[in-house]
Amino acid sequence: MQSDNPLVLAATGIDKSFPGAKALDQVDFSLRRGEVHALLGENGAGKSTLVKCLTGAYRRNAGRIVLDGVEVDPRDTLEAQNLGIGTVYQEVNLLPNLTVAENLFLGRQPRRFGLVDTREMNRRARVLLAQYDLDIDVAAGLSGYSVAVQQVVAIARAVDLSGKVLILDEPTASLDAHEVAMLFRIVRRLRDRGLGIVFITHFLEQVYEIADRITVLRNGRLVGTQEAAGLSRRDLIAMMLGRELADAADDAHGRAAAGAGEVRFRFRNYGRSGRIRPFDLDVRAGEVVGVAGLLGSGRTETAEILFGAERADSGTAEAGGRRLDLSSPRAAIREKFGFCPEDRKVDGIVGDLSVRENIALALQARRGWARPLGRAEQDRLADHYIKALDIRTTDREKPIRLLSGGNQQKVILARWLATNPDFLILDEPTRGIDVGAHAEIIRLIESLCENGMSLIVISSELEELVAYSSRVIVLRDRAHVAELSGERVTTAAIVEAIAATERAQA
Amino acid sequence: MSRFLSLHVLRLLPQVAALAVILLMISFAFPDFFRLEIQNGRLYGSLVDILNRGAPVALLAIGMTVVIATKGIDLSVGAVMAICGAVAAACITSGHSLAVTLLVTLGAGVLCGLWNGVLVAVLDIQPIIATLVLMVAGRGIAQLITEGAILTFNDPGLIFIGSGSLFGLPMPVVIWLAFGIVVALLVRRTALGMLIEALGINRRASTLSGVSTGVLLIAAYMLSGLCAAVAGIIAAADIRGADANNAGLWLELDAILAVVIGGTSLLGGRFSIAASLIGAMIIQAINTGILLSGFPPEFNLIIKAAIIVLILVIQSPRARTVFAWLSRSRGAADGAGQDRADRAGTGQEAK
Repeated sequence: MQSDNPLVLAATGIDKSFPGAKALDQVDFSLRRGEVHALLGENGAGKSTLVKCLTGAYRRNAGRIVLDGVEVDPRDTLEAQNLGIGTVYQEVNLLPNLTVAENLFLGRQPRRFGLVDTREMNRRARVLLAQYDLDIDVAAGLSGYSVAVQQVVAIARAVDLSGKVLILDEPTASLDAHEVAMLFRIVRRLRDRGLGIVFITHFLEQVYEIADRITVLRNGRLVGTQEAAGLSRRDLIAMMLGRELADAADDAHGRAAAGAGEVRFRFRNYGRSGRIRPFDLDVRAGEVVGVAGLLGSGRTETAEILFGAERADSGTAEAGGRRLDLSSPRAAIREKFGFCPEDRKVDGIVGDLSVRENIALALQARRGWARPLGRAEQDRLADHYIKALDIRTTDREKPIRLLSGGNQQKVILARWLATNPDFLILDEPTRGIDVGAHAEIIRLIESLCENGMSLIVISSELEELVAYSSRVIVLRDRAHVAELSGERVTTAAIVEAIAATERAQA
Repeated sequence: MSRFLSLHVLRLLPQVAALAVILLMISFAFPDFFRLEIQNGRLYGSLVDILNRGAPVALLAIGMTVVIATKGIDLSVGAVMAICGAVAAACITSGHSLAVTLLVTLGAGVLCGLWNGVLVAVLDIQPIIATLVLMVAGRGIAQLITEGAILTFNDPGLIFIGSGSLFGLPMPVVIWLAFGIVVALLVRRTALGMLIEALGINRRASTLSGVSTGVLLIAAYMLSGLCAAVAGIIAAADIRGADANNAGLWLELDAILAVVIGGTSLLGGRFSIAASLIGAMIIQAINTGILLSGFPPEFNLIIKAAIIVLILVIQSPRARTVFAWLSRSRGAADGAGQDRADRAGTGQEAK
């Protein structure tokens, strides 16, 4: 039905670069009148960057945006709003201390004799909200209402202001099932009125409930746009996480675990309530255990609990028959653990310190403040790793924040390698870095493994995972749901495992 | 090593230059300003006065530098000075020996720092709020100790700390110089300096790298408390009494100012104790200069504020880009002028 509808928005060849990273690479996106179009992808896939380019919050580097047949170039969100593109964000962008009516008419209040005509404004607000079956006191403060109501008010304002395109960025993230149903009723009604609606979420059930078409982005590139009805859950997950299933036959399956030795680390019933359900995990010397799952499935939670960034409240961790103390990162480091976190900027780099100091940091912390690494020793360490990992920097004294993402990641890796760890946890080690550094980091993971280190690598790049993992743990809903090993480590099998549990849950 | 040294000299250059300019300006008004003389084996002169009068702020600035490097701030140091002055006076007047008095007083300062540190590091209260508690309550505590009066004492040992001399220098000068050197060596010869800087720049990344960020934070506030205790003893010994209402009043602001003039960012991270100490001396030089010049006292604060704004503007990164731009455009204009002159020259030749 909708497929005959004309396009309301067509973006072609959108490019957006940030210093050191390409966020969008030749992305095409089209939206028809009267459709709900889901925009999907993992963290860092480029969903919000694309939305920000469409709404003028970011200036794109290249590409055309055509709205209703006319090429437009919104310079800021206000201009996009006036052109007809309205956005509602996850954290509602309204003013909680004002009344509902004031929020709806902020900046365009009806006036009488130069003063705001509150009665007229409230009347109009009631009329407006009646279209959304919302019968609330519009003169009451917005903060007194639930997030769902605030969400509807935000939608009402956006539609009233713009009226062609409505972008909903994770609108259901903090709503319960009943509220989601209410929101979807409203979305359907707006769709039937002819609006084009972009719906960003990471709940796949909701996508199938409401979306007419689905566009998937990965690493800033367009993977594809498909009719929701003709796309199986399995194929959708494959689009989000890995290569197309058609290519999966010639998958390089997992590395033989032959080189791996004895079980070195043994986790039993290890978990933390509210974060990750208890799991069992064995890690051998000289093996890479991959961790796969969708966004929010408990990947990072698994890493944090293994490293003591979050304290486990059940289960035991042992190495060689000895109980391990993993009560804090400091304790974990004493047990020769290391952890490269997912969010490099927030959790990894110490921006103003030099490359040298960033490399020395973990080793210095383990030695304690009273036993400083001499300057010559620090220089030697830094020079060694700058050379060994090919870190591109003009100088070891350069503040790390001036390096590109890939080189920052290598410095963080060097920080841990300098502590000579037995067990290294890497959370998305290749996210947001350029292709060259990407390949080097994968080579590094393989060589560390050959030298007998135990690694856990979390990645949403399935090809990457199957290339270096001897086993892959699959997560869903904050629980470990499957473990694949040997011949079964293929992208197809991982997708199958995630989709199988999806079906079971749905 | 020479490169290392030259880096440090460069780091201190703006502060040293500012101090030199201020001292020179004062000396224009008072030709005798730089004169030093020795009487009874002790150095006298305006310069020595500046070093001496600046002792409390210099001491506070040492601790404040470390606290600010952790991305914190300690508003309570002035009040802690009052508490420690009161403790020292109460101790010595109730007949305890000098050694016991000093130990108890320093302990009281460290305890105040521990309180601040626990609020900041364990309870995760914003430093400005956490230390505001003791800033307000501290004077009350000091008044309770002195029972509302100015508690005077005559112990020669304690008085010596305020007005005695050692190696020809007033005792307070010897104390702050020694304290500054010891703390600077402590943070730079061990790994403390780097760990504190890492903590101040990115606490979470530092924790994940195994730095004991909680312990370090508490230690920074304890050091600040200790510095305030020493400053409090000097202030009390100087007037031979503990004045709970006025000891250290507003000095926390001077200490923060000294750190800022010293170029340590309030956002935490890179710090220099030497630069903060020079900052403290800049503030004291301004104070002394204004006093000497005989301006009516009501002008003092305004002139001081103006000079400090000037110093901060010169230091700000934006001002640097403006200066760079100005000098470049002036250079370009000169070049253009040169060009025109050349052309005029050739024109004349043609004639």
